[in-house]
Amino acid sequence: MNKIGKPNLEIFSETLLSEAKKNKNIIVVTSDSRGSGKLVSFGKELPDQIIEVGIAEQNLVGVSSGLAAGGKIVFAVSPASFLTARSLEQIKNDVAYSDRNVSLIGISAGISYGQLGSTHHSIHDFASLRAINNMTIVAPADNFEASQAIKQAISYGHPLYIRYGKKPMMDIHPPGTEFKIGKSIVVKKGEDLTIVATGETLQRAYLASEILKESNIHCSIISMHTIKPFDKKTFIEFSKNSKAILTVEEHSIFGGLGECCASLIAQNNINVKLKILGIPDEYMINGSQADVLDHYDMSPEKIAKISKDLINK
Amino acid sequence: MDLNQLKIKSLEYRKAILDIIYKSGAGHTGGSLSCIDILNVLYNKVLDINPKNFNEKDRNHYIHSKGHSVEALYTVLCDQGFFSRKDLEKLNHFNSHFIGHPTRKILGIEHNTGALGHGLSVAVGLALSKKIDQKTNKVFALLGDGELSEGSVWEACTTASKYQLDNLIVIIDRNDLQITGKTEEVNPIEPIDKKFESFGFESISTNGNNISELLNVFKEIPIQKNKPTVIIAKTTKGSGVSFIENQINWHHKVPSDDEYGRAISELNERLNSYE
Repeated sequence: MNKIGKPNLEIFSETLLSEAKKNKNIIVVTSDSRGSGKLVSFGKELPDQIIEVGIAEQNLVGVSSGLAAGGKIVFAVSPASFLTARSLEQIKNDVAYSDRNVSLIGISAGISYGQLGSTHHSIHDFASLRAINNMTIVAPADNFEASQAIKQAISYGHPLYIRYGKKPMMDIHPPGTEFKIGKSIVVKKGEDLTIVATGETLQRAYLASEILKESNIHCSIISMHTIKPFDKKTFIEFSKNSKAILTVEEHSIFGGLGECCASLIAQNNINVKLKILGIPDEYMINGSQADVLDHYDMSPEKIAKISKDLINK
Repeated sequence: MDLNQLKIKSLEYRKAILDIIYKSGAGHTGGSLSCIDILNVLYNKVLDINPKNFNEKDRNHYIHSKGHSVEALYTVLCDQGFFSRKDLEKLNHFNSHFIGHPTRKILGIEHNTGALGHGLSVAVGLALSKKIDQKTNKVFALLGDGELSEGSVWEACTTASKYQLDNLIVIIDRNDLQITGKTEEVNPIEPIDKKFESFGFESISTNGNNISELLNVFKEIPIQKNKPTVIIAKTTKGSGVSFIENQINWHHKVPSDDEYGRAISELNERLNSYE
């Protein structure tokens, strides 16, 4: 059984603090978000490397762009919901179009905020940022991916968005796994179907595959931690050799992982069944992150059931 | 460069602005003419930004937040040798980087602007980076007066004040007009000085179309240690061409053959008076 690790958000802050101690050029910018971003100790230990702009997300991103223009390696940290909606135009113009070395860190992403409701959920961030040129989008799944994403962000040199959730995550990847932004990780291989998941839903897909194994159904699992640029090569290869594709994401069914996969299947004339799991277009049900994901068919049991139906077993 | 030479530059720059807008068939005539004297003084006397030092880190910076007045910026950068007049002839051509708003694809341009209310936050970030690096370089940002309705401008002011950015100089091109009409009728923004002061700035007002006044103002900055400065530069939209001045329809009107001829004649007459 895989061990349950820490929340990815904690891994983010620990990794950033240890990297920033070694590199004075790293600057964190927060919008009254150091508590929710687990950056209180960063602020205490490296007070000269943190800028606080208050509750002003547009300014957060603009100031971050200016700091990057001045040669800094900038991490702009704010709840994913506000960061990718309130300051979307600053992301588009001041970060992406102006090609600044800014890593936008969307904290408590997806439906991490649970009962706080839709104002605080970011089920739009993949869709809105995918349509912005020169933007890279990463959703780490486990603690390993969470720390690797930050380490690579430091030398990335271009606009980057990384979203982090706040629930403890199961360790999925064995030691020695390679992580590279833009290259998916094949977690396991099986001949019956392929489940593609991104971010925290990878854990649910992985647990579903364990259930399926009991019924002698063997599936491939792909961790599609980078939504853009999308690892087309790996996805197309698996689509061509699978009986069905099931995608799982903590995001609207519009404009995210699933539709990206659908587009690739259609445009490459691949004859494979596809099912997209995500948040449907409706007034979202209220509940904890876990309960809401379960409700929208993303419990491990439901993912396993849908997988079976998809391949008629 | 003495006062007379600067005044001659301003007239030549005005001719160049009209020329590139006339030839390319598009541009923001009124706003480019209102801010050209400010850019003249900045680039020829204050900024010390040139093609040789542009890629160096430790220098002053200029953010053209009212990006639509790009023809004024192109004109001055061209004169400073960042690119040739021939390059500028590609303005608005297919596949040209010389477009209707500034981009970093062109040497000399600091930041991509065009959507209003963005430049000040970026300037604040740049000014912060200078403070962090303990450098004395200054950051200048030019904003339009209509642009002051954008809430993000005031978000940026709070950070400038909090971090005591006395290396930040904000200039308001106060020409009183925006695309719909008078700023005070569209969405009143006065008192601009009191607003900035209440946000922690020191303010100073000047005639933004008067070279000697501008020279004096830039000698006084920062007005106060530990405070950001705002210069409210009172200007005339379309400044320098009689029939373009203070006309709302010249916000982005392109001169006809006749209008172009008359405008150039007016400016030549004034140039002749210096010879």
